[in-house]
Amino acid sequence: MTLLETERVAVSPLRRGTTPRRKARGRAGYFFVAGYALLLLAFGVFPTGYAFYLALTNDRGQFTGLNQFVKVIQDYRFAPAFTHMLVYLVMWLVTLVVLVVLTAVVLRGRVRPGTSALFRFLYYIPGALAGVASVLVWLFMLDPDVSPVSWLLTAMGLKTFAAALAPGNLPLILMLIAFWTGAGGWMVVMYGALNNIPDEVLEAARMDGAGPWRTAWHIQIPMIRQWIVYMTIMAFATGTQLFVEPQLLQTASLGRVSPTWSPNQLAYVYAFQQGDFNGAAAISVVLLAVGLLAAGLLVARSNLFKLDEK
Amino acid sequence: MTQTALSLTAVKRRIRLSRTLPFVVVGLLLALLLVFFVLPVIWLLLAPSKTAGEVVRDNPLSFGSFHQIGTAWRHLFAFQDGAMVKWLRNSAVYSGGSLILTLAVSVPAGYALALTNFRGRKTLLVITLVTMIMPQATLVLPIFLELNRFHLIGTIWSVILPFSFYPFGVYLVYIYFGSSLPRDLLSAARIDGCTEWQLFSRIALPLAKPVVGLVAFFSFVGNWNNFFLPYLVLPNSEQFPVQVGLNQLLTSTPSFNPVAGAGLNVTIPELALAIIIAILPVLVLFLFSQRTLVSGMLAGASKE
Repeated sequence: MTLLETERVAVSPLRRGTTPRRKARGRAGYFFVAGYALLLLAFGVFPTGYAFYLALTNDRGQFTGLNQFVKVIQDYRFAPAFTHMLVYLVMWLVTLVVLVVLTAVVLRGRVRPGTSALFRFLYYIPGALAGVASVLVWLFMLDPDVSPVSWLLTAMGLKTFAAALAPGNLPLILMLIAFWTGAGGWMVVMYGALNNIPDEVLEAARMDGAGPWRTAWHIQIPMIRQWIVYMTIMAFATGTQLFVEPQLLQTASLGRVSPTWSPNQLAYVYAFQQGDFNGAAAISVVLLAVGLLAAGLLVARSNLFKLDEK
Repeated sequence: MTQTALSLTAVKRRIRLSRTLPFVVVGLLLALLLVFFVLPVIWLLLAPSKTAGEVVRDNPLSFGSFHQIGTAWRHLFAFQDGAMVKWLRNSAVYSGGSLILTLAVSVPAGYALALTNFRGRKTLLVITLVTMIMPQATLVLPIFLELNRFHLIGTIWSVILPFSFYPFGVYLVYIYFGSSLPRDLLSAARIDGCTEWQLFSRIALPLAKPVVGLVAFFSFVGNWNNFFLPYLVLPNSEQFPVQVGLNQLLTSTPSFNPVAGAGLNVTIPELALAIIIAILPVLVLFLFSQRTLVSGMLAGASKE
């Protein structure tokens, strides 16, 4: 009590003068963000700058312009790696958007609430196995010797583990893994977005004679469009980061899958097997540019992120 | 009269068809997805109860015996003199340590960004937003080179410090304070003589509980499952987190690596058990956090 009072006395002269007060507030702001700003500089801004520096120089630190980029782009492994990523991304994004939106609409409108909650929960659970665990589980699912769906694999002509892990199947396999761990969470989110549509809107559509599918197509989906865009861009960003999944599949395929299947793997090989950090940085910068483009589009165009209310 | 009756039955039949057909389609879709999502989980939970031979020969969805789970457990924990325990402990240290640091820096930062004015605030906000959506893995290699330059490779800080940088957490706190703590309340407290520190510690912090839970969930899950960074910066198996350890187990399993894996006791049941143990903390969080996930994602992209 006494402490509080002395503080009040000590502070009271400042009450009239607004300028020192505001200054104190400004200084407090710096104090509160200091720790975060330090980490942001160390692990956000500096690595980005460092990557650009390395990509524009050679191993002796001499400025080489765009030579590093020319070198990695002309590398025979560069085009396949980016093609793989692109094929995977297209398959993954199309499947994700179609199935997530369809399932969310169905779970929202055509299933009893209790059942719907149970389904959402069960779809969402594999998300806990993201990363290495999910790849290992799917290695088992794709091994006809142990898979619970070996009949399906055999029917598709995949009689051995080696056949299932043929390099051409990789985009499909990676898509299955990504969908298995990621789609359930997005279904839950999309369901939440559909739930935010007022009942009166849907009721009005019904009065006008729209069936459930037409309501979904003309009213519900347009109203959650923002969310679909958000999901697509976030999934795109994660999709460009492929590393652990193809790396493990490469190990399990006993080397038949290329060790430079994805761009991140190629950068890894550049850095740690060829000792060429400048080349590796150039690949990182290309990926970074792709990612930044997506991020910039999301922030600038979609109005999704609150920057300031004032 | 008869005509209307006729058309009525026709309409009824049509209605019935239009109701049953979508019902079949809807049911099929949900059932197929259910099998797709759940079957691998059930298989995973059953695999450690069987011997390596039984996993291949028996029905994939049969239960072996509890005794066999014990055997798989012993084999797994005997691998490299209890490496599994070390890996789990490392994971706990890395994820726990960075969780504390993340909360310690991101709660005040989010508060300051939302409720104080200082020069550079807007810039900081924009950079935060951009790094938040930027693919993190592309920065891993430059971060490795940076840590290498400062001789931090192989220390626990090479994992904990980069893990603690969590712009999404700052953004969540920023949104939370911006929408739930009125500026007027702070101004009133200022007039009553509260210092800036008291405003934060006595007013904002007690209100922040929900968002602290949210940030903690996303940060912990993300860091526990992270593979790329620790894989690069920790050369020594003694220091691996469990995700990188799983990778090592995979390369030691005879069915995936006949040469190096020969003669080792780590087979499919042991590997399956290792996966279950490795994801258990995250699984427990997931069982109780569906709501957390939704509110986090909803906050991550607020509509207006």
